[in-house]
Parts: sequence; C-alpha cells; structure tokens
Amino acid sequence: MQVIVNISLKYGVLDPQGRAIGRSLTDLGFQEVGDVRVGKRITLEIDETDASRARQRVARMCETLLANTVIEDYEIEIDEGDDA
Amino acid sequence: MSLSALRVTVAVFPGSNCDRDMMVAIEKLAGRRPALVWHKESSLDATDLVIIPGGFSYGDYLRCGALAARSPIMEAVLDHAARGGAVMGVCNGFQILLETGLLPGVLVENAGLKYVCRNTCVEVVGGTASPFTDGLETGQRMIIPVAHNEGNYFASDEDLQRLEDNGQIAFRYADSDIVGPSNPNGAARDIAGIVSPNGRVMGMMPHPERAISPELGSADGATLLTACLEALSA
Repeated sequence: MQVIVNISLKYGVLDPQGRAIGRSLTDLGFQEVGDVRVGKRITLEIDETDASRARQRVARMCETLLANTVIEDYEIEIDEGDDA
Repeated sequence: MSLSALRVTVAVFPGSNCDRDMMVAIEKLAGRRPALVWHKESSLDATDLVIIPGGFSYGDYLRCGALAARSPIMEAVLDHAARGGAVMGVCNGFQILLETGLLPGVLVENAGLKYVCRNTCVEVVGGTASPFTDGLETGQRMIIPVAHNEGNYFASDEDLQRLEDNGQIAFRYADSDIVGPSNPNGAARDIAGIVSPNGRVMGMMPHPERAISPELGSADGATLLTACLEALSA
C-alpha cells in the first residue's frame, strides 16, 4: 500500500524559504499571496494490507526519523488503492 | 595524564570533509594522532573524546545530520556520552548531535538564505562546569570561521530559557570591528555553541580546526581546542 507523509514546519517556526517565495510572488503581481510555507512530501511503498497498522508504523517512522518534531509537524495519508 | 596520552577519536561519515583538518589540528596540538572511526562501526575503542566533524554527511539528505545521527557509530557515541564521555560536534557534527537528541534544539536554514563562509567573533559564555569552556575566560573573544547553510540555531522558548538558566550556552557570536556583523545566520540569542547539562557534550557551528595558526588567519581555534584537550587530560 502507498503511504504519503506530508511534513511541514510548525507554526511559529520561521520559514525563510517560504518568505522569499512569498516576496517573489508578490513581485510577480500575485498581490493576494500572504504567508507561504514550504514542506516536504515523502511517498512510501509499504508491505502491509492493514491501514491502521500501516498508519501506526509510519507514525513511528516519522517520530524516529522522517520528521524533526522540534520544528516539524507531519500528516499521514493512506492510499488504499483499487484493491480496497 | 599528559596531553599526548589523551585518546581522541574522530568519526567519519560519507560526506564528512573536515575530518582530516580536525585530525591535523588535534595531532598538532596534542602531539598524538587521533583515531578515525567509520560510520558503519558499531563500537568505539576506549577514548577520552569523540569528535563529530563538519561536512555534508549523507549529502544532507532529509535534514542536515538526520541520517548520520541514526548510523551505527552514533549508537556507540550515545553509549559513550551516557557514561559521561566527552563529545564535541563541529558544524555538521553539531547538527548531528542535535538530531541524536544529545543536545536540545535544531539548526535551520540561515536567515539570509545564503551559505555563509567567513570569520566570526565568538565569545565564551559558559556557566556550567565543562571541559569545553573551563580553560577559557568568560567573555574571552576568539576569531573563528563559520561555513554553513544551516547554522540558524532554533529551540523552543522553554529550551532557550533552560539553556540560559543552566549556563549551557558555551559560545555566542559577538560584535567585532574585525569581522563585521556579529550573528551570521540568525541564530536565537546569538548562540554559536551549547553544552549538555553535565557539560560533557558540546556542539558549535564555528570551525576551531580551521583557525590553528596565524597563516590561516587566526590561531584562536587552537586556543579553544588546546583548552579542551588540557581540561580533558587534567
């Protein structure tokens, strides 16, 4: 099954990259742009059929390695595909 | 113990690039060549100081230091630290120590979004007893270069306050006529280096091993390293 992990900076953590992108967008005429934040998306192919077990394991992976929870939040999306 | 009896180990990861500079610096200052240990080793020979050098371990993939922090040798370094062993991380080594959780906080991208490579003025803060600052004077200033893209120290307000209250801030960037603006990266409270609560683990962004003789622009890194080596061999 495919599991997607979205990692984003916590609110309150300065995102200089997001700020630079926001400034560029404003310069390009996209005046409606306010706060911009840049994240990471990690796609995992998991040998597992049980969605809740997969979610639990991937949460462990996030806590152990994939996210630095001092500054990052993570969200887990499970794609159970056509065979569900 | 004499200085040359001190056993120093430098850990080497794929992508380390300051391991040799550190080895040369320690050999010059202590009179004995440190042991190099590869990241795949899962144990350390008896050692008095482990140094995690700078570089781009594992290509900085995922986050700087994240993959190195989970490598086999770091398990052994964690055991060494748990026994009260001394550990020093410089630059990427500091990032790795933060990723292991041995020290609090994280180093994020420089506030200016640019790689910064220049001299900085580093002031000794100290407080808690530590072999990394005991041999230096509080307020002592040293010219030591930085070279990094992720040196912007960040921690929660509670962690920052705890560092201040416990005297765990070892080094701060300071103003100087010689090297321009003090804080090169936006680090919280101008933090350049911190120590663990027991003072035995230290991480810093500036590279003392790149400032070991006047020919390199400064010998202040040698002052810092010699003070550590002497404190550890006392």
